Amino acid sequence: MMLFLTALAVMTAGGAACLLIGRRPAASWVGASTCVLASAAVLAAAAGAMISGRADELLLPWPIPFGSFHVGVDGLSAFFALVIALVCPAAAIYGVSYLKPYQEKKSLGRTWFFFNLLIVSMLLVVAARDAVLFLIAWEVMALTSFFLVMFDGEQAETVAAGWTYLIATHLGTAFLLAMFVLLSGDGPSMDFSRLRAASPAAAGACFLLALAGFGTKAGFVPLHVWLPQAHPAAPSHVSAVMSGVMIKTGIYGLLRVLTLLGAPEGWWGWTLVGVGAVSGILGVLLALAQHDLKRLLAYHSVENIGIITLGIGLGLIGASSGDAALAVLGMLGAILHVLNHAVFKALLFLGAGAILHATGSRNIEQLGGLIRRMGTTGATFLIGSAAISGLPPLNGFVSEFLIYAGAFGALAGKPGTGAAALPALIVILALAMIGGLAAACFAKAFGMAFLGEPRSGAADCAHEAPAGMCLPMIVLSALCVGIGLLGALAVAAAVPAAAVLLPAADVLDLARPARLWLGYISAGALLLLVLAAALAALRRRLLSGREVGRTVTWDCGYAAPTARMQYTASSFASPLLGSFRLILRPDLQVQAPQAMFPAAASLHTRVEDTFERHVFKPAFRLVRKLALRLHWLQAGPNQLYVLYVAIAVMALLVWKLR
Amino acid sequence: MPIAAIIQVLLALLLAPLLPGVINRVKAFFAGRCGPPLLQPYYDILKLLRKGAVYSRTTSWVFRAGPVLGLAAAMVSLTVLPLGGTPAALAFHGDLLLFAYLLGLMRFVTMTAALDTGSAFEGMGASREAWFAMLAEPALLLGLAAMAVHTGSLSLSGMLDGLALADIRGPGAPLLLLVAVAFTIVLLTENARIPVDDPNTHLELTMIHEVMVLDHGGVDFGFIQYAACLKLWALAALLTGVLLPPPGGWPPANMALGVALILAVAVMVGVIESVMARLKLVRVPQLLVAASVLSALALALVLR
Amino acid sequence: MPTALDILAVLLILANLRLLGSSRLAACIRAVALQAVILGAAALLVNLSDLDVRVVIIAVASTGLKAGALPWLLRRAIRESGAVNEIEPFIGFTASLLVGVGLLGLCFLIGSPLSAHVAAESGLLITVSLFTTATGLLVIVSRRKAVTQVLGYLAMENGIYAFGMAFAIQEPLLVEMGVLLDVFVAVFVMGITIYNISREFDHIDTDRLSALRD
Repeated sequence: MMLFLTALAVMTAGGAACLLIGRRPAASWVGASTCVLASAAVLAAAAGAMISGRADELLLPWPIPFGSFHVGVDGLSAFFALVIALVCPAAAIYGVSYLKPYQEKKSLGRTWFFFNLLIVSMLLVVAARDAVLFLIAWEVMALTSFFLVMFDGEQAETVAAGWTYLIATHLGTAFLLAMFVLLSGDGPSMDFSRLRAASPAAAGACFLLALAGFGTKAGFVPLHVWLPQAHPAAPSHVSAVMSGVMIKTGIYGLLRVLTLLGAPEGWWGWTLVGVGAVSGILGVLLALAQHDLKRLLAYHSVENIGIITLGIGLGLIGASSGDAALAVLGMLGAILHVLNHAVFKALLFLGAGAILHATGSRNIEQLGGLIRRMGTTGATFLIGSAAISGLPPLNGFVSEFLIYAGAFGALAGKPGTGAAALPALIVILALAMIGGLAAACFAKAFGMAFLGEPRSGAADCAHEAPAGMCLPMIVLSALCVGIGLLGALAVAAAVPAAAVLLPAADVLDLARPARLWLGYISAGALLLLVLAAALAALRRRLLSGREVGRTVTWDCGYAAPTARMQYTASSFASPLLGSFRLILRPDLQVQAPQAMFPAAASLHTRVEDTFERHVFKPAFRLVRKLALRLHWLQAGPNQLYVLYVAIAVMALLVWKLR
Repeated sequence: MPIAAIIQVLLALLLAPLLPGVINRVKAFFAGRCGPPLLQPYYDILKLLRKGAVYSRTTSWVFRAGPVLGLAAAMVSLTVLPLGGTPAALAFHGDLLLFAYLLGLMRFVTMTAALDTGSAFEGMGASREAWFAMLAEPALLLGLAAMAVHTGSLSLSGMLDGLALADIRGPGAPLLLLVAVAFTIVLLTENARIPVDDPNTHLELTMIHEVMVLDHGGVDFGFIQYAACLKLWALAALLTGVLLPPPGGWPPANMALGVALILAVAVMVGVIESVMARLKLVRVPQLLVAASVLSALALALVLR
Repeated sequence: MPTALDILAVLLILANLRLLGSSRLAACIRAVALQAVILGAAALLVNLSDLDVRVVIIAVASTGLKAGALPWLLRRAIRESGAVNEIEPFIGFTASLLVGVGLLGLCFLIGSPLSAHVAAESGLLITVSLFTTATGLLVIVSRRKAVTQVLGYLAMENGIYAFGMAFAIQEPLLVEMGVLLDVFVAVFVMGITIYNISREFDHIDTDRLSALRD
């Protein structure tokens, strides 16, 4: 515990030092090095907590009303701390080089201060054992990330994204506040150990409040609308932290609150499966429609949060219906996917940042051919793409496999009777569709950005990112491969976390066969790599000494292909999106070729977020209209406002003292 | 039975190129031609392996890695499939998922290799491959789920062993029939056969798989051809496992029967190709949705 | 023979899905005719143990009416009207297929408690009869042409017949009632057909006339 808190102190001190250093170049080094150092300590502390298996707690007196400085690290906290401490230092190292071009223009010290404080607050969120402390950390996390999003505050788009984010996150916090108040009852303390639901109905209400509050942070559809705006607006290493790690605090919060609510009920699981399926499928569909690389990745975060939620939902259904195997596999899969998604999503955002750094563009329609100019970025981005598509032998497959195995097992175990049959079916169907769509989406993203010929001058002049940016990407992609090959080991890290949520004996019992299956998968994955290496060697041997020529792409006889004749991202996605036009309702602007010798033709497709367009915009318009009706209240004179305050105080007194 | 398991993988590696040969002979028979020799695919692959290579200047290592990884994935997918009642080498709880996702990996590397050429035709092929694969995936997984419920096993080997011959005549018949039809559609889609794609057309705007490999040549193309044969073999093995479970008895006889059944699937594919035309492209998704519906129906029957 | 009955039930489901997913009038007519044939076979199978002349005659007659005469009438009507073979749906074919699957799931939910009450030979039969009726309704609601409306009515009627058959083990008279209903529906349906089709001609004709202007 002391190690953990010391690490937090070091990181905070580093951040404060950066603030003092201000504009001088040392800020980056101080910020990043304290972050890396402290993360190493947090990793050690988390690993210690996982191995020792006992919850480590510390309670300090604290003068804040209702609150106490109560922190603890159990299996669940340790796992999320591990995720944070694994990804954040990579982003920090990357940030040093990434921010260099801004050195003249901005005070990097401030950025690093917020960056380190964001990590500290995230660690505090997962360690807090008191609702007040939790909410304070939660707010600090929201505010620091808001300031990081506003890094590029000169651009109107960024400002709009930042405000959307700020409003969304505070609406979410309001739900959480209500939930904690409901949980604490009349007690004087908000300590987690005292919080419990008074009745099943209250537990249900708390669950729904938690779903809305934490769902806003995690990005459940339809509460996700801020996410694809805010994540791309931030600097790329911050996007990696926000999309890879910060939204997982929403998942952590949901899981932590579930431990407070007592025995789960079946409909909680059903709700989560529903939310997960909708988030997953809609997330990936909307991602497929994006041409902005970072926005595309942000929508994929919605999708992966959906996959995690599907796993948690299955876990709850299993727990409530007494199907231990389903409960354990669902939870293990969900928890492991938290780690996996953090790794590959951070990797992909860093890759997108490298592209932005090299070409100044996030629009994949203007990229192309980058793999021959940015070899390392391309290779790591390819690994990340395959991993997020859930393909073996990488890590995405391992966690999706566990969720699948839970769902299939629930179906096969008790035919005809299972209450879990229908949700299991939904999970299988959703994962199958998500798998196919994600593969399509990343074939598009990777293919259009890195393969073929450059579609713009900027892409043609691209250069490889500096070593400081490549190294974190290499490390993260090695993690993708490592977890994919050693799934059985990775799942061992998730076991203590699952043991907090479910009966520990069940988890230990059922994790053993799961490890065995993952062992077989590792064998298959290893076989795949060995065979691929052997075949590559064979190919090399066969081709050695033979004539190997180079020419233009054979374009069905056309001898002078140009970059403009390549397939575009829009055209690649078009048939897939066409299949779902009922849901997505894309705006089409077609100028079809006319007559025998057509002069010009054009096709523009744009897909707006369904919920943003049809739910939130009308709702906020309504709020605005109502607010304008009350405009007369805000007339201007100070006296009037004092009068309002006085009236309010009087009314409160009358109400309370009556 | 590790030796039997290894033998069956070797059998697959050895005999897979026979399948396109059989299909072509059947098609030739229907067209009244004498057709290419049965062993023609072997000659083709061997000849390709003896050739040099020409690469587009646009391509990168992704283009060269595609065929290698695709062939490796196809080979690994063979190790999870049982043949004629002999369990697979890599038989475990959930191996059906590994199988499904290995097919996914094959597709992914083919698509990226195609996009690497920067050719509009290959981009179009990749786009369509992604489109159809996305629709075929639910059909395959729901069908496998129906089988898993029916047999109570999550392993392909356990699943196909769990089927008894009595099932065919017993209560499982409608279910098996539905899954078999769904898997047949998946097989035709995944292997780019008529009515989804026409393996014989080149340089047409309607083709899918063949257009993605236009730029490959020599050793790489040999690998691709061989991988396609293996994939056909794998899906045929899956289909025959569903259609006709092993009768039990002397293992070598079973294995011979398994091989015979796979060849019979090739004959069936040849017949389908001879009597049907390729569907209009916009109709293909409907066919694939229908396959998913059949799988879902099978699942509904067995969960009833 | 529960298995054979199950297979017939599954075939009936498939015929329904074919009706929903097909874009051609001729194929839809064939699907409805196929339903009638399946039902005829099922009627014989259900009564296999005590097969008498009356049952056979009724089954053959109703099958002949629904699989032979009515499709022939419809085809003739199409041919003579020169109507286009293409169906114009309000809901797309793939979408109606998916809606159909949803309906099927619903019917499974409703059907299983129902079939628990009735000692039916095949528990599927009740579910399938409900589904067939629902399919007929869906076709009526979601298609534009007059002929497809008739097909929808016919599919509904087939569903009612199947529903009656599921109970017929206990009450053979119902089968005969089914035939009576058949005849009624046939007359009713043809009336509507003639009305609707003639209306559609007018419509088509005016369309052609207005096209002459430019």
